[in-house]
Amino acid sequence: MDAILLQFLNGLDKGGAYALIALGLTLVFGTLGVVNFAHGALFMLGAFCAVTFNKLLNLEQVVLDETQKTAWGSALEIRTPYVETLFGDFGHFLIDYSVPISILITIPVMLLIGIAMERGLIKYFYKRPHADQILVTFGLAIVIQEIVKHYFGANPIPQSAPEIVAGSANIGAWFGLSDNIVYPWWRLVYFGFSAFIIAAVFSFLQFTTYGMVVRAGMRDSETVGLLGINIQRRFTVVFGLAAVVAGLAGVMYTPILPPDYHMGMDFLVLSFVVVVVGGMGSLPGAVLAGFLLGILQSFASMNEITSIFPGIDQIIIYLVAVVILLTMPRGLLGREGVMEE
Amino acid sequence: MSKLFMTRRGLLKAGAASGVALAAPMSFVRGAYAEEFCNLPTGSSVTLGFNVPQSGPYADEGADELRAYQLAVKHLNGEGDGGMLSTFSSKALKGNGILGKKVEYVTGDTQTKSDAARASAKRMIEKDGAIMITGGSSSGVAVAVQGLCQETGIIFMAGLTHSNDTTGKDKKRFGFRHFFNAYQSGLALGPILAEQLGKERRAYHLTADYNWGWTQEESIKNTTEGLGWQTVNAVRTPLGAGDFSQYLTPVLNSGADVLVLNHYGKDMVNSLTQAVQFGMRAKQVNGKDFEVVVPLFSRLMAQGAGENIKGILGTTNWNWSLKDDASATFVKSFGQEYGAPPSQAAQTCYVQTLLYADAVERAGTFAPPEVIAALEGFEFDGLGNGKTLYRAADHQCMKDVLVVRGNANPTSQFDLLEVVKIVPREEVTYDPSIFGGDLGPADVKAC
Amino acid sequence: MKQIVSREPFALLAFAVVILTMPLWLTPLGANYPDLLQKFAIFAIFAMGFNILFGLTGYLSFGHAAFLGVGSYAAVWSFKLFTMNVLPAIAFGMAFSGLFALLIGYVSLRRSGIYFSILTLAFAQMCYNLAYSVLTPITNGETGLQLTLQDPRIIDRIFVEPGPGLPETNLFGIDMSGYPGFYFCAVVLIICFFITRRIFKSPFGLTLRGIKSNQGRMGYTGYSTRPYTLAAFVISGMFAGLAGSLLAVTDPLAGAERLQWTASGEVVLMTILGGVGTLIGPMLGAWIIKYFENIFSSFNKSTLSEIFSFLPENLQAFAVDISSLFVGEGWHLTLGLLFMLVVIFLPGGVMEGWRRLVKRFSGGGGGSPESAPVPQAAE
Repeated sequence: MDAILLQFLNGLDKGGAYALIALGLTLVFGTLGVVNFAHGALFMLGAFCAVTFNKLLNLEQVVLDETQKTAWGSALEIRTPYVETLFGDFGHFLIDYSVPISILITIPVMLLIGIAMERGLIKYFYKRPHADQILVTFGLAIVIQEIVKHYFGANPIPQSAPEIVAGSANIGAWFGLSDNIVYPWWRLVYFGFSAFIIAAVFSFLQFTTYGMVVRAGMRDSETVGLLGINIQRRFTVVFGLAAVVAGLAGVMYTPILPPDYHMGMDFLVLSFVVVVVGGMGSLPGAVLAGFLLGILQSFASMNEITSIFPGIDQIIIYLVAVVILLTMPRGLLGREGVMEE
Repeated sequence: MSKLFMTRRGLLKAGAASGVALAAPMSFVRGAYAEEFCNLPTGSSVTLGFNVPQSGPYADEGADELRAYQLAVKHLNGEGDGGMLSTFSSKALKGNGILGKKVEYVTGDTQTKSDAARASAKRMIEKDGAIMITGGSSSGVAVAVQGLCQETGIIFMAGLTHSNDTTGKDKKRFGFRHFFNAYQSGLALGPILAEQLGKERRAYHLTADYNWGWTQEESIKNTTEGLGWQTVNAVRTPLGAGDFSQYLTPVLNSGADVLVLNHYGKDMVNSLTQAVQFGMRAKQVNGKDFEVVVPLFSRLMAQGAGENIKGILGTTNWNWSLKDDASATFVKSFGQEYGAPPSQAAQTCYVQTLLYADAVERAGTFAPPEVIAALEGFEFDGLGNGKTLYRAADHQCMKDVLVVRGNANPTSQFDLLEVVKIVPREEVTYDPSIFGGDLGPADVKAC
Repeated sequence: MKQIVSREPFALLAFAVVILTMPLWLTPLGANYPDLLQKFAIFAIFAMGFNILFGLTGYLSFGHAAFLGVGSYAAVWSFKLFTMNVLPAIAFGMAFSGLFALLIGYVSLRRSGIYFSILTLAFAQMCYNLAYSVLTPITNGETGLQLTLQDPRIIDRIFVEPGPGLPETNLFGIDMSGYPGFYFCAVVLIICFFITRRIFKSPFGLTLRGIKSNQGRMGYTGYSTRPYTLAAFVISGMFAGLAGSLLAVTDPLAGAERLQWTASGEVVLMTILGGVGTLIGPMLGAWIIKYFENIFSSFNKSTLSEIFSFLPENLQAFAVDISSLFVGEGWHLTLGLLFMLVVIFLPGGVMEGWRRLVKRFSGGGGGSPESAPVPQAAE
């Protein structure tokens, strides 16, 4: 029983991550109709916002200590972060909380990157064939990756969660269940965070006039344009929003998965699967599919299951995708006519 | 012209015939050049092929390997401070290249994929005329390239590869491995685990689901069970899983008090980071502190795992903090050149290049059969791992293995591993016949 | 129609000459060595076959690598179990990949557009994940399926005593490594080109194009479109299987990475880069990508210094520093930039550039004999 509860928690957590990544993708792919192979790269860039912020905080004053030598004969470097020398305890606090704080930086940076990408490149590709969109965004993704690799190397760069949430929470005790249900704090934070972002994006689109116009534009941009609304500009904003969501997903994921330049590609295929299983053009679909696949993946990895079907945990996501797409023509909640040609 | 419009079939024949006609002169030219063996150097220089991962997850390791190779070439050609040439027990190398020929090199990207690695190695052999191929950062690549080298009669000096298969069931006459293997990791680590963690332990294995992971799991399981440990469970995880939470939670309530992570590279960095987040280091089970063991790790991986590696036990081929003469000389030479100490992959690659060059000098010829004979059963010292034997039966180096622990108080950003024990060669020597396989013949055909 | 057919022998001859003289005209580009030439021919077949599906019907398969991999595995098993002769290996490769294509196609073609793409992707990824782990007894997992000395090779054993080393793949005694291997692949490529050209011009091809431009309308005119698309899918899968078995013929090893989505993505990129729906565009795309992968990645600082040795010393160092960002370990960057530049300035791929060139020099009209159809927007 405990095992099942824990796997359910894992599934929720994983699902939160999948949903968050898919949410950004479905904004551009499911609704603007742009096959964005650079979405993974945006996710990775978000993670590297946290890395950069952490590196900036850890800029060190290097003092050469001539009395001590390294093994190869140069003077030993004594390093102290500037922030700690300048701000003392507050500096220490900054470094400890660097991941959550970098969210504040990630939002404007990713918004800027997203808008620049849309204005500079994607704008010209709305009317182009999907094949062209694939090639140009894939090319862009490679370029972004290589630039990051050039500056940060290929090795993963560890980021730690703040000290206060480093341990595990005894969830079982909260609900009067057994003591065996413990779960890392940071994963709970991540789950809460993703739920919050998903809710925020939904309310933005659902409850603001701006969001209403955007939704109308996604359905029929021509008519909305005829009403005298500059729908192009709104699309730019949607693209920027998608970049921010992808970036935030990346930032908060860094303590769980030390980021490296390739992490975007690792999530790319998965995020496309989630979006399509959810159904093209449906934001709730993407979220639902994210949680569904996350939870099923967790349960499929249980020893009891893998001993009956060896290797099932390796293919469960794809298997579920096949079954859903064959039984429901447009995924879980897809709209008719989006990318079916 | 009207003849060209015959039947389609006739046309194809004509095309094929003209192709054969074109090919003929070229194969004569190549035949004349190749003489008896593939790519024997004829001019004043000799070309080595450095095949390392330059893209993909091991790109940093590959970059370090390449640095080591470039340094080795310098030293062989008599430039720089000579590095381990001065400490090497064999004094055949004079710093005037190999057999008086200047050493040149070509590089390629394995991408850590067997196909790409073989394509790259073929380019070096067919186009650049490389006489020896070396490098790589995974066992899949090593086995694939080694097979190719056997077919073409080119010597392969493996880079980082830890699977038993490389010198076990897939061993080849033309392939040589300096790096240690999973079986030796088990032999070296077992007694230390028993000594440090006690003999009554219950272990839970998480294993990367492919050849290397399985051989390592088996080796570690065998030695630890021999010491009285119990194995609670051994679970296979997909390569590149990213998030391991669904495999980690069952560990918590399984009654196990040791977690063994048979993962390498990114998988290991991720699974270790997440295991620590799940509170495994802080846990008490069966009245003992819960422990995590990573049988193989390197400094670069320790860097990726950050804080989480502190106190974790594992094995490694070599570490720059070793104080023996040879290691110190190499670290000095490498550090002065690049401003950072070498990784274990770099050391293996450097040593492999020197060993090949030395074997050629001792054989007095580049002809592979003689070079192989010079390497087989070669006993040497002064290259950083103590007295070492290149075993003739399986082309595996027999040497000391390091048991290390993640350093709790590093003095610099490179000082990540602390050597717990240097396990002497005798304790990690095993019977080569246990893995089967067949070296194959040493007679070569012109390529 | 008549006019096109009468041009056929000429086009075919031109194509054959270009392919068979590759060792000559690729020498200045540094690409004249057997392995790369073989890869050029093999991946041209792969991309050409992919284009029969994608270029003609508009169905974008994201799992074509599965057929390439199945073809390779089948061919290597044929070498291991029966004989080192390449013809049975190729037959097995094509048969198995055809069978896989039939199964996967039958299921996946029930959906269209992006749903189809994801279905094919899912099938291919399942094949890859299983081949890497659980199916290791069949695929030898990570290390790849290789020949061993213990293989039964029952047909070969009847005729000859096995030698000491591993046998070579052969075509009735002609070794298939090195240049003979290339010429063998080249001849197969020419045959494939011929078949592809025939398909493009046939009523079958026109039907497929009809499906691409408006499947619904094709249905109203009384066509049942599914058998046509399925036929295209299977043909294209068999081309991939042929390419896969040729990979095994020239180098008897089959690794699981051949089935991975990145390999599927690669053929998509090759096709788009060259020009979707054109006859030779996909082939050009394949050559460009393979050239970058094999040649650009091999440049290191010392090669660059040689290239720029005509410059004065300071400039030389500067040129080497700048250019080393784009070659060697930076070859991916150049490839990415190339993708972007081609698609931004030449919608329709490399073939579009070629058409523009021809147009400029011949003052409009015309076109090379091989590049008959104008690429259409692919959905």
